[in-house]
Amino acid sequence: MICLGIEGTAHSIGVGIIKDVKGNCHIFSNLIKTYKPEKGGIHPREAANHHATYIADLISESVQKAGVDFADIDLVSFSQGPGLGPCLRTAATAARALALTIEKPIMGVNHCVAHLEIGRGTVRGCTDPVLLYVSGANTQVIAFAEGKYRVFGETLDIGIGNCLDKFGRAIGLEFPCGPKIEELAKKGARYLPLPYSIKGMDIAFSGLLTAAENYISKGKPLEDVCYSIQETTFAMLTEVTERAMAHTEKQEVLLGGGVASNKRLREMVETMARDRGAKFFVPSRDVCVDNGAMIAWLGFLMYDSGLRMSIDESIINQRYRTDMVEVSWRG
Amino acid sequence: MAKKILYRGAEAEICLSKYMGKTVVQKRRVKKAYRIKEIDTHLIASRTKEEAKLIAESRSYGVSVPLLYDVDLAKGIITMEYVAGKRVKDILNSLEETERKQLCRKIGESIARLHNHEIIHGDITTSNMILLNDRIYFIDFGLGCKNGEIETKGVDLHVLMEAFESTHSKYSHCFEYVFEGYKKQFRGDASAVMKKIEDIVRRGRYR
Repeated sequence: MICLGIEGTAHSIGVGIIKDVKGNCHIFSNLIKTYKPEKGGIHPREAANHHATYIADLISESVQKAGVDFADIDLVSFSQGPGLGPCLRTAATAARALALTIEKPIMGVNHCVAHLEIGRGTVRGCTDPVLLYVSGANTQVIAFAEGKYRVFGETLDIGIGNCLDKFGRAIGLEFPCGPKIEELAKKGARYLPLPYSIKGMDIAFSGLLTAAENYISKGKPLEDVCYSIQETTFAMLTEVTERAMAHTEKQEVLLGGGVASNKRLREMVETMARDRGAKFFVPSRDVCVDNGAMIAWLGFLMYDSGLRMSIDESIINQRYRTDMVEVSWRG
Repeated sequence: MAKKILYRGAEAEICLSKYMGKTVVQKRRVKKAYRIKEIDTHLIASRTKEEAKLIAESRSYGVSVPLLYDVDLAKGIITMEYVAGKRVKDILNSLEETERKQLCRKIGESIARLHNHEIIHGDITTSNMILLNDRIYFIDFGLGCKNGEIETKGVDLHVLMEAFESTHSKYSHCFEYVFEGYKKQFRGDASAVMKKIEDIVRRGRYR
């Protein structure tokens, strides 16, 4: 079965085309266009306008690159939520238009679950992981338990990427700030204590963000502050992930989301996994970030398990929580 | 000293050991290679100290906890009584509904006793409660603190609410029983705490 997926929850619009090959996800094409605000954070309407401008061409290019015809596509899936309303609506509208035009079924999928499933679908050996999903808006520790994907820990205030971006903006860096902070942190040498905030398996970043900004206003070296932010926030993330692994007794950990590109975070989670005799997985960068292929793959899994969605049911859900998804494709 | 590991948690090993001829439990916080020494040393010492203080204090307020024998801050080891019961996590789902209700009410009462004295457990899950001879022992105060704010009490209970939803999803209504017990024993304004819990739920992403 060949499936085309459209991702559009936040700053990226993506179109991916996949085929299932013996239970694995084979990616034919996976194109992404990312909106970059001139200043400040993502403006939902501007991001949606950006997506509307590029989506039609992106679909054509993706089909062309995949080397398939529109007639070969068996299913159109899209990110139904969670995300920014205007962006979600743009992606959903494109998906409906495409599905109706080529007369193929449609399937709306949960963006967070897609991040986990693409790991299981593309990374060899990854079968039942605890996912540490770290992006701009989302910071969740997700695992399969009692028939659903459940959130074992999550941020109580802002996402890790958002925390890094907010700090970055305060010191004049351009969006996305994570990679720049990672570079600066490499030159940091002295650890400056920051609030380490873990509540059960949940975490909070806002106090740490304020404390870090205070260090800057007191004239502490930028490199040291960046180093301390990374060391503290990533230790918190690694700790809650390990807690979830101990709690669920799972032996695999998977990274996902844009912040998973950070080498220091990878190193920490990998060390944690090794020390507890667990396996560590991280998908390739193009499927770690927001992308259409993961949406296509989850759409396929849902359709293949017998789920169906009518156009009327394809309404978006900005607050589509991970644990609202009925997981019919896993035993 | 020979040690038998009972449980390997995320941050500590729980070992059976001997102390003055008695069988005891040792909670040993282990060094984590993934985090830098500055953070690791600080977390291990401060959590060991805080935990020992909270366990001792909880006992004085009538909450069942293991009896403390020894605390070693440098090594991060707490030596305490061995409570040979069953984890609430392992038995809750198999109880009769009336027993489950009774147990949950008792859990709520104990949490209220802690909160009456500004003790925040920090990780109230059913894995951290042991049932022995009709008493519920609270263990693992590793993320605990002293705090009198309604917010913190709300967060403390919210952790348990989430544990019910994730680990005992068929019995997530049990949190209501817990709160009934809590209301009975809590000296402050329990409805303000409940309101706070609802706030916290809404504050979570996509609620």
